[in-house]
Amino acid sequence: MRHGEPRRTDPRSFIVRGVMGLRNAVFPMVAILFAARDEGYGVFAALGVGLFIACVAAAVNFIAWRRFSYCVGAEDIRVEQGILNRSARSVPYERIQDVSLEQALIPRLFGLVEVKFETGSGGGDELKLSYLTQAEGESLRELVRERREEEAPAIVAQADGADRTAAPAEAPAKTLFAMDTGRLVTFGLFQFSLAAVAVVGGLTQQFDFLLPFDIWDMDFWRDELAQQGETIAGLGRQAQLVGAVLGAIALIGLGFATGLVRTFLREWGFLLEKSARGFRRQRGLLTKTDVVMPTHRVQAVKIGTGWLRYRFGWHSLNFVSLAQDAGSSNHVVAPFATMSEIAPIMAEAGFAPPSDDLEWHRASRHYRTDSMVMEGAIPLLAAIPVAIFAPLPFVLIPLSLALLAAGTNYYSWRFRRHALDGRQVLSVHGLISPDMQIAARVKLHSVEIAQGPIAQHRGYATVHLGLAGGSFTMHGVPLYHARRLCAAVMDSVTETDFARINASVSGA
Amino acid sequence: MDEHPDSPPISDDTALTQLHPNHIKVLRVKTVLASLPVLIGALVLETTAILPPAVIMAPVALLVVLVILRLPLRRHLARGYAISADRLRVVRGIWLRRDTVVPFSRVQHIDVDQGPIERFYGIATLTLHTAGTHNASVHLPGLGEDLAREMREGIRQHIRREAV
Repeated sequence: MRHGEPRRTDPRSFIVRGVMGLRNAVFPMVAILFAARDEGYGVFAALGVGLFIACVAAAVNFIAWRRFSYCVGAEDIRVEQGILNRSARSVPYERIQDVSLEQALIPRLFGLVEVKFETGSGGGDELKLSYLTQAEGESLRELVRERREEEAPAIVAQADGADRTAAPAEAPAKTLFAMDTGRLVTFGLFQFSLAAVAVVGGLTQQFDFLLPFDIWDMDFWRDELAQQGETIAGLGRQAQLVGAVLGAIALIGLGFATGLVRTFLREWGFLLEKSARGFRRQRGLLTKTDVVMPTHRVQAVKIGTGWLRYRFGWHSLNFVSLAQDAGSSNHVVAPFATMSEIAPIMAEAGFAPPSDDLEWHRASRHYRTDSMVMEGAIPLLAAIPVAIFAPLPFVLIPLSLALLAAGTNYYSWRFRRHALDGRQVLSVHGLISPDMQIAARVKLHSVEIAQGPIAQHRGYATVHLGLAGGSFTMHGVPLYHARRLCAAVMDSVTETDFARINASVSGA
Repeated sequence: MDEHPDSPPISDDTALTQLHPNHIKVLRVKTVLASLPVLIGALVLETTAILPPAVIMAPVALLVVLVILRLPLRRHLARGYAISADRLRVVRGIWLRRDTVVPFSRVQHIDVDQGPIERFYGIATLTLHTAGTHNASVHLPGLGEDLAREMREGIRQHIRREAV
């Protein structure tokens, strides 16, 4: 066993870093190649500089690798690192929320993983070991979990009543959600995006020096246009029409292709499993990620959708968890699923979808009126100087903006509502399609009822619920319901508190 | 269906406890300090003599005096708290009214802070830290020094190591 003694990361990680570092050398090389492209020695100079940068990077990487050591102790993981400034860090097992393994393309070719220890500290300065072999990473993850459980079994059990049933032995993982190729294609089609067009546009701006003509030369375009225009004009009306249709089809095809490619890259092999330890999500084509979320860390769930996919009954499910403080960890657990698929996943996390007879409370009608007036008033005020100083048709711009703002607020009111069931707070909002957020009342930390001057007179409030790792805000809640909600949350929190104290007394 | 009777049964505004009277003095000193730059700015403009004498200084001074006389009292009256066996409720704000409730079992840690002005008047600020992203710290200013410490000890009893 490898307890106690300091260890280094895998020797190959030095090669991986070197390969990844080559990307840094590419840019200066290209620059020199262009600067000296007319000289005979241009290529050699570029290669020389590239080699030099690669050598320096390799040396630095090697020393950094030599000077980096980690040590798996009885109570904590210790890391010593730094070439000039040595730093030693100790992370106790009980502070480690989660261990995630990440494989980018290059490390993956070598069978290496980056191991991240999420401690839930705000700064995003998490402990990372890059890179270990896959087996090593997984055994480390197991080890951390075992240590955590040895140390605090009582606490884990107390944290969530549902967790008590967790079997001590490793039960076989249960597949909760997976996406086959057919589902990925459907998902990809809904991810239609013209971002690629924008990217191409941006790239032409960045790398216009590579083009064989000057893209900003107006004469060039005028000539080109005149020439092409003549050619097109010569083809006749039908051909023009065909050309336009083909162009539109190409654009639409590009949009769908972008959506499909992005979806396949991110969601390939999507698999969500549930074991005694929590939820485990694997996905990704080139960068494969493997994230584990302990069940009791799930604070709330979000059910999202899109304006079009909502009409086809597709939704997504996200977990709000403490580890989200780490930044990029996106805890989507079902990116594209029907409600009947989402419900069992939620049940596993201890949440219930809204029942049919749930009593929903709409946002205040006064809130609708006020928000329409307030947000419409700003462009309306802007219309006054426009009407005075600009030609008449221009006044239509702020006027239509005012109408748009008022209309947006009117329509978003339709979906805005909240409900309380036995244990949860449910909130829905959205403009064209409803997004839902569900929080377990027991896991809320505070309730704030905020009222601006207008809201004070009109009897509604904004309710902020203190949620760890996320935000939960409801606008335009009638004051009566805001107070009722606050009381319900407090009752739930304090009630469980008594239960917990009683349990620990009888247990001791 | 949701336009409810105008008597919210759970409203308990009457149960709020007022803050320490010295809190008004602290607020007043702070208001005076905050208005100094405005006064100095007005004075500088006055000395440049762009406008006839006292055209700038007089209204500014009048406004500052009004603010110093009125605002601290109003802010003091708008603030209050209610402490019960298991939760603390903090209400504050004239313009933007905020009513926050924190259950003691969700408090991570507690601070009692005193600035120099507060120390002079024997006042302290109690701060409750929660794990929630919103309201990560809830401040209750204007407590008597001893009361703040007492409350801290009382709330500390409820804090337990929790893995929520």
